[in-house]
Amino acid sequence: MGDSSGPFYRLSLAELSRGLNRGDFTASEITSALLQRIHDHQALNAFITIVEDEAMAAAEAADAARDAGNAGVLCGLPIVHKDLFCTAGVRTTCGSRMLDNFVSPYDATVVERMARAGAVMLGKTNMDEFAMGSSSETSYYGPVINPWGLDRSPGGSSGGSAAAVAARLVPAATGTDTGGSIRQPAALTGTTGIKPTYGRVSRFGMIAFASSLDQAGVITRSAEDAAMLLSVMAGFDERDSTSVDHPVPDYQAALSAPLNGLRVGIVKQHFDDGLDEQCAARVKEALAVLQHQGASLVEVDLPHLDLSVPTYYVVAPAECSSNMSRFDGVRFGHRAENIGDLLDLYCRSRAEVFGAEVKRRIMTGAYVLSAGYYDAYYLKAQKVRQLISQDFKNAFATVDVIAGPTAPTGAFAIGEKTNDPITMYLNDIYTIGANLAGLPGISVPCGFSDRLPVGLQLVGPHFAESAVLNCAHQYQRVTDWHKCCPEDFT
Amino acid sequence: MSLDKQQVNHIAMLARLSVDDDEIDDVVAKLSSIVAFVDQLQTAATDDVLPMAHPMERCQRLRVDAVTEIIDRDRFQKNAPQVSNGFYLVPKVIE
Repeated sequence: MGDSSGPFYRLSLAELSRGLNRGDFTASEITSALLQRIHDHQALNAFITIVEDEAMAAAEAADAARDAGNAGVLCGLPIVHKDLFCTAGVRTTCGSRMLDNFVSPYDATVVERMARAGAVMLGKTNMDEFAMGSSSETSYYGPVINPWGLDRSPGGSSGGSAAAVAARLVPAATGTDTGGSIRQPAALTGTTGIKPTYGRVSRFGMIAFASSLDQAGVITRSAEDAAMLLSVMAGFDERDSTSVDHPVPDYQAALSAPLNGLRVGIVKQHFDDGLDEQCAARVKEALAVLQHQGASLVEVDLPHLDLSVPTYYVVAPAECSSNMSRFDGVRFGHRAENIGDLLDLYCRSRAEVFGAEVKRRIMTGAYVLSAGYYDAYYLKAQKVRQLISQDFKNAFATVDVIAGPTAPTGAFAIGEKTNDPITMYLNDIYTIGANLAGLPGISVPCGFSDRLPVGLQLVGPHFAESAVLNCAHQYQRVTDWHKCCPEDFT
Repeated sequence: MSLDKQQVNHIAMLARLSVDDDEIDDVVAKLSSIVAFVDQLQTAATDDVLPMAHPMERCQRLRVDAVTEIIDRDRFQKNAPQVSNGFYLVPKVIE
């Protein structure tokens, strides 16, 4: 298998799992090799924190558990978490100077479940500050670099997770998706990223951005690996009041259904102006593959699609402004020096460390919720959200999944959109609808546009993760796009 | 519609954020562009449409009123900027 540090990074989660089960190598060997690789590629800025000692100790414990016959389903497999998931004893920054020194007293449920299944955490990944961004440029810790083009953004907000998986630093990473923050970076980095149904995975211990939209998921190299992780992450959690008590199917077992008879919805609005020509061509080729595999393509209408971004930029900032009020400079986080009264303490502690985009969203939210504007903006947006959700319900009366582009273009240049918030916001035009309606969605690589990856998005009805994962997996059985690796990282 | 400086300062106060004089023009311009952008919503016909607050159309779950979490004050206060004898310190609020 080549030299000792060579082979591991090329293996998928499923391959690593099989190798561990066969006794070909140990968790300690994998962990040590991947930690070295993470160090070698720190220029990508994919990580905020790397946890070497903890990782090596967890790997040794995993090896011991396996020797004792107590291997969990993820025993010894490497994982990294977006730095938005609270990790007891390891700092959690959420990409913000506000939480530069914050150490959570508890683990997020996602972190706890993965650890209990034996996964070995190697570090915390970089992200847009408080997940507010689509490019991983708003991080206090600097922008993340896309391994497919060193002047390119990996997308965001889970850009560190996506870049780490794309560069093969790790086989899998967690992410969160409020408006596309798993699927868009997956598309821009040629990785596979799934956002489950709202309520499918516990939000406990996720630092909240927009509570009616946030959902945890994973970025991996294949749908098969995503299914393995989702089986561990998903499920009811009484500590999350919006967690849904709904049976968790065996997602891996669901990956064997042929696509014969699958009705795939094509949204006519997806191919309107704004979609890059090459991206459109790649997505249409992918649709032809699905059709060749037995799926039937059915045109569906999402008439309110163009209003999804404006709806999101009322609802998400409104919820953000409420959630962000917890950062008061009193109980945790940054506190300004030489303060006057309590109001001065609040205003300056927050203003000193929040970045420009976070401040914009807090203020947008405060505005749309303020007296005199609530009905015109917040209430109106909630009504349009209902219309958008109804559009999806109508579509799913005739199709099993909806397929289309994940993002309008390939990876854009770092700095290209930072001065114009609206242009940045429009990058999420195809992904936001699934968040507003609470639907599961996955992005899988389907080719290249100017040597940069393009993503195919598949969206299903509530709790149709199995169908979405299976469709993605069947596509990946007959295509190699998900196996492509950026030149300097092979 | 666009916002003016006075409105932005009022919003900043509601949001408990101070805005420096040298950044106010940029904040006004960008917030105005966001408000103008979301104004598209006014084109949608929403008479008789119920506002949607939650994607799953579910009620808030109730739980048994039992103690499930134990407060470890010392550990929690390790993240606090200023504490004294178990209290969080803030500027004087009562004269």
